[in-house]
Amino acid sequence: MIPTQMKHATTAMALVFAGLAQTASADTLRLLTWGGYAPEEVVELFEAETGHTVEVTKSNNEEMIAKLRATGGGGFDLAQPSQDRIAGPQAEFGIYKPMDLSKLDQTQFIGSMLSATIANTTVDGAVYGVPHVWGTSGLVTDTANAGSVKDYTDLCNADVAGKVSYRLKRPTLIGFAFSMGLDPFAAYGDEAAYKEIMGKVEAKLTDCKPGVKTYWGGGDELMGLMRSGEVVASMAWDTGGWKLNADNADITFVAPASGALGWIDTFVLPAKGKSDDAAYAWINFVMKPEIAAMITNAAGNFTASKGADAFVSADLKARYQASFPPEAVDKINWYPPVPAGLEAIEGGVLDRVKAAK
Amino acid sequence: MRDGTRLGFILLLTPLVLWLTLLIFIPHVDMFLVSLRERVGVGQYDTSLANYHTFLTEPLYLWTFLRTAVMSVVATVITLLIAFPVSYYIAKIAKGRLQSTLFLMCLIPFYVSELVRTFGWMILLRETGIVSNLLQWAGLADQPVEMLYNDAAIMIGLVYTSMLFMVVPLVTTLESLDDAVIEAGYDLGGNAWSVTREIVIPHAAPGIVSGSIVVFMLSLGNYLTPTMLGGKDSLWFTELIYSQFIVRFNWELGAAFGFMLLFLSSIIVWGMLKLTGQTLEKTMG
Repeated sequence: MIPTQMKHATTAMALVFAGLAQTASADTLRLLTWGGYAPEEVVELFEAETGHTVEVTKSNNEEMIAKLRATGGGGFDLAQPSQDRIAGPQAEFGIYKPMDLSKLDQTQFIGSMLSATIANTTVDGAVYGVPHVWGTSGLVTDTANAGSVKDYTDLCNADVAGKVSYRLKRPTLIGFAFSMGLDPFAAYGDEAAYKEIMGKVEAKLTDCKPGVKTYWGGGDELMGLMRSGEVVASMAWDTGGWKLNADNADITFVAPASGALGWIDTFVLPAKGKSDDAAYAWINFVMKPEIAAMITNAAGNFTASKGADAFVSADLKARYQASFPPEAVDKINWYPPVPAGLEAIEGGVLDRVKAAK
Repeated sequence: MRDGTRLGFILLLTPLVLWLTLLIFIPHVDMFLVSLRERVGVGQYDTSLANYHTFLTEPLYLWTFLRTAVMSVVATVITLLIAFPVSYYIAKIAKGRLQSTLFLMCLIPFYVSELVRTFGWMILLRETGIVSNLLQWAGLADQPVEMLYNDAAIMIGLVYTSMLFMVVPLVTTLESLDDAVIEAGYDLGGNAWSVTREIVIPHAAPGIVSGSIVVFMLSLGNYLTPTMLGGKDSLWFTELIYSQFIVRFNWELGAAFGFMLLFLSSIIVWGMLKLTGQTLEKTMG
């Protein structure tokens, strides 16, 4: 009797120690990211290879920064805000920590994208971000019913009145400004000039308001509106358009005449992150071409991983090429870093448009 | 013995005191301090009343608050008008099993989350939704009807969401009213109207007041329903607070908005109590 008990106890002890040993070398990576950027299968592969565990929290740009600001950069080990939202919040709130580029396999990145992101996310000589997923926002139209919509301002056309939608967020302001022949990015450094541009955009958006069905808030809401046919043209992300295209061949993403707006989502280390090693391991892991292609297939957007295109599904590539002929790629307006304080100007404009009758 | 009761008293009081200080008092003090900061440069702040000044001088913010307050009052009145006959039926006319069944049926919608309930209304009211299709099928409309994204849709959502919080206090107070008193009223020559006015409503007043306060505060502080059902014209005060905090990174102004909401809504409730000759003590007692 006693020997069996002893044996059980020893086994139990051994298991406990094994467990402890495992947790000592393996960390928990708390990842703050966008929906689709950390698919289940990729997480499983990563956990099997490195022994780290991954906790995924899905969010968006504003919420990520608000969450990190609330804790002074704690609660997460790796976050993925867009590259234009790193320098401003870092200067203002100090929520990120500098990145040690030597811990990353830089050969896995597309060189031009890596150097552009590094330049945009450098504050006081320290680098805070490296690129991960990129994409654009532009127009999603039902070509059978909204053939006239070729640019952002065409959303105000009389023939689609009552059947258009867009978000009441900063991309709309920027997109409309470009479409009106203005250059908001050039005025980023000059508050007075930026205010003037935003004033013109505000007048245009107020004019357009009667023809808008509703301002959409989330991707699912937009999908519902487009699928039901209640909305025939809208501002949207490229992936949203391609997803709809799979269900209804008439609906697709169109790069606007004045240029689509290009964004790059990055990797940053929150200031109080606890497992940097796991974070670097995750970045190196997901930038491998085969893994990056899995993320592209799940999220719909392409990554900054060199050579990943070869592994991406043919459908997605065909949709991308249809929406982006070479000249449209050249016309993409990439978001430069947003200087701290611009949000207040844009906020006032958005509030007044929302209140307009 | 005395020591024993003293210890018991302290033990019973501790959770309440902890709750009030840790979860209510300290966050509010912190929020108040944030609302007094003014951003003067990158990462630099001064103490000033600038945020309150912004609230009071920008007509948009005042107008939004006013609109939110008026819509909440209207929602409260409509809820009361619908809930009163329902509660009266449950408390006085329905008996036994039927009574508990009816009461339970008022509760059932609250078993699902507010988000799901609001989506339910969206499915019903949208242009390609059930009501629109029904109207077309019945020949009452010759094209799809859009019933979403306007103030009426917000109102429906608010009333539906807060119905339970009016029914519960009303049923409780009405049940305590002795049937004999109502019969006596009829025996003394009263009719349905005078009995309701002279006997039922005065007796139910504490329930009406506490139900109205809860419904008013819930509507005023509601975020989901106005945003989802209101569409491009929603414009609700809580939405402004949310966007200041999350979208604009302007915690200072958001905190000031939060305090104005607390302050102005307290004044409205106080004013309503004065106007109807009720006191908070009577309602709670």
